Amino acid sequence: MILLSDTAVDLARAQFATTSLYHFLFVPLTLGLGPIVAIFQTQWHRTGDEAWLKLTHFFGTLFLINFAIGVATGLVQEFQFGMNWSVYSKFVGNVFGAPLAIEGLAAFFLESTFLGLWIFGWNRLSPRVHLAVLWTAVAGTWLSAYFILVANSFMQDPVGYKIVDGEAQLTSVWALLSSRWAIYAFGHTILAGLTCGAAVVFGVCCWHFAKGRNVEVFRPAARVALIVLVPVSCFNLWFGSHFGILVTELQPMKISAAEAQWDDCQKCAFSLFQVGGFTQNDETPRYSIEVPGLLSFLSTGSFKGKVTGLNELNQQYESRYGKGDYLPPIEVIYWSMRGMAYAGSFVALVAVVGAFLYWKRRLERLKWFLWIAVGTSVLPFVACALGWMLTEMGRQPWIVQGLLKTANANSPAVGTTWLAISLAVFVGLYAILLVLDVWLMRRYAGRDISTMGGGESGESSPAPAIGY
Amino acid sequence: MDLQNLWFVLIVVLWSGYFLLEGFDFGVGMLLPFLPRDEDDDDAMFASIGPVWDGNEVWLVTAGGATFAAFPAWYATMFSGLYIALLAVLFCLMIRVVSFEWRTKSESPRWRRIWLWANAIGSFGASLIWGVGLANLLYGTPINSSGDFDGSFWDLFNGYTLLAGVAVVAIFAFHGATYLTLRTQGDLLDRAGRASRRLAAVSAVLGTVFLIWTVVVAVDRNDKDVFPPVLPAAIGIAALVLAVVLAHRRNQLWAFAMTAAAAIAVVVTLFTSLFPRVMVSSTDFANSLTVSGSASAHYTLAVMSIVALIFVPLVLLYQGWTYHVFRARVGGPRETPTH
Repeated sequence: MILLSDTAVDLARAQFATTSLYHFLFVPLTLGLGPIVAIFQTQWHRTGDEAWLKLTHFFGTLFLINFAIGVATGLVQEFQFGMNWSVYSKFVGNVFGAPLAIEGLAAFFLESTFLGLWIFGWNRLSPRVHLAVLWTAVAGTWLSAYFILVANSFMQDPVGYKIVDGEAQLTSVWALLSSRWAIYAFGHTILAGLTCGAAVVFGVCCWHFAKGRNVEVFRPAARVALIVLVPVSCFNLWFGSHFGILVTELQPMKISAAEAQWDDCQKCAFSLFQVGGFTQNDETPRYSIEVPGLLSFLSTGSFKGKVTGLNELNQQYESRYGKGDYLPPIEVIYWSMRGMAYAGSFVALVAVVGAFLYWKRRLERLKWFLWIAVGTSVLPFVACALGWMLTEMGRQPWIVQGLLKTANANSPAVGTTWLAISLAVFVGLYAILLVLDVWLMRRYAGRDISTMGGGESGESSPAPAIGY
Repeated sequence: MDLQNLWFVLIVVLWSGYFLLEGFDFGVGMLLPFLPRDEDDDDAMFASIGPVWDGNEVWLVTAGGATFAAFPAWYATMFSGLYIALLAVLFCLMIRVVSFEWRTKSESPRWRRIWLWANAIGSFGASLIWGVGLANLLYGTPINSSGDFDGSFWDLFNGYTLLAGVAVVAIFAFHGATYLTLRTQGDLLDRAGRASRRLAAVSAVLGTVFLIWTVVVAVDRNDKDVFPPVLPAAIGIAALVLAVVLAHRRNQLWAFAMTAAAAIAVVVTLFTSLFPRVMVSSTDFANSLTVSGSASAHYTLAVMSIVALIFVPLVLLYQGWTYHVFRARVGGPRETPTH
């Protein structure tokens, strides 16, 4: 499947996978926590209630701790295309480079500059302007996500281009910006980000409820988190499955691989769990639990829809692109898809139960549920990581669907030695940063909020809590 | 001017913006182990660049993105060719970015020292490598006939590129010191002034030698005439000399303006010397990458030009506003604790 003979490509892939998955722990949190902190500050601005200001500082600090690593690791992503994938960069630069550059000019400048203003602007800007500054920074993070996903969508479903002299050239920037894939991916990502942010806020509140500390201060935060989390996590399940129908149309191989569906079928059953059945020599699972018709529904929108099997698809690809193996790694994709869906569903369930308990005014006292909610705050991140594994590994062996294979796209100038060293450097550095980040997050998430400054945005207040 | 050349100019503008802005925050970072007497001074120095460093760094992100979009072949060869150098830059920038956010997150003096040094080392390392890296574009690296780098890491080092690295470090340190004279007060201000006067002569000498050598390299290795590269080089040298005089006369604002001009002159001299090539090949001059040979197609450049036309002025506007908001001096006697 993956060209095991080609160590350089494998190392470059391992590095991209590690650094991207790591980067995307911090991105969704930024996307989701930003607006929630902004809601807190808006509430403080509207009501003048100091509790909201304390919450703004409390969760704002968590937001900034993570934003820092998001920025640091994002830079690696931008450089990495040229460093490790120079053939790819030359091939797609005309098209793919444009949204990246626009992201810098239109979005990243905005979020970085305005976040700096927000952090240090507490005493220098009027409260109204200061609030607007935060919302602008949040808008910048969302815009940034959009342009990056536009770039990524070209790898999944190339549109708006023509091939000239062996290179992709942009023919319509509108086709690129309004690509169906990009729109769906953006919606799915933003909903996932909000789920991450809200689940973390809810988890932190529940932790404090379980400890019985400052229950009064955290109650409104838990309410805001639930108001975001319940609709967003439920809606994203529906949205994600609709995204699946589009993927079936554009990348049928990915969906059939995610279902380990070897033969064509109609009214196909969805396997909830299976043992075996993941290779061409072993197509029939030894054991499985199935829901009749569900796969057809998920991939075509109809319980009677037809799903093309992997064997047939591989033949189609062979007749289009020449002899070869066009199957992605089936077992990994099968489980990433399920892991993502199950984690997402569990988050939605916890959110709904949490909202019910909150409504019945029993949330703060049900210790067992509080601890479940604390643990659940990790799950949206797991779902995000698995979702990206599904998206990126499910596209293999292509780096740009149907146009360029991953195995032919790496940098000829970069040998295995340095790839191995750079991989080791990133893994080592990222591991240290993760340990420190978790330590800082725990420390700051566990702080006693009642001792925090909350005074009239005076000199003595929050700036320090939030400042550098 | 056709769009390819316009984009070459825009990339020069982005790198200039990066050297001008991140130049002083790298400089402040490098001075962190030397200027402060106590933790309040540390805090003041961090606060002087705290609100702006992230926005400054985006100039680099955008320069990278713009190179990718407008000159894919240049981006591909440069980033894969300077692989280890860029790996080191990323390492430096990462520990530096994190240091800003995390230093104050613990009261432990040791924790704070570690992040202060992380910032200083990151600032120093990144400045040095950018100097070496950009100088290599002009001096020439082994590039084969298919436009790929096929040398080793050690090919990046020679007298000229090393001097470029050291000169950039010195100019950034000087630039950081003049920036601090505008943003600090009290005792720290005195020390920043003294540092700027000490750094002035060193960076002027290193900068002058580097700029002259750049013109020589342009003529020798890149088939250029002395003019036009000599023009930005002369402006750079004049700015450095004036900066020395002004720093000694304690004319802080104009000294800063001159170190800023010098930082920009470094970039402009290098790129003027490069044009119309973007990377010189030391293997065979004919293999050198050129502006027209590595540029994107017209449509992409046209779209990007419109985007740049709208957003660059906007960015300048709101970044300018940020500097206006944070114009007050930091540190000095405090009315209130900041931890």
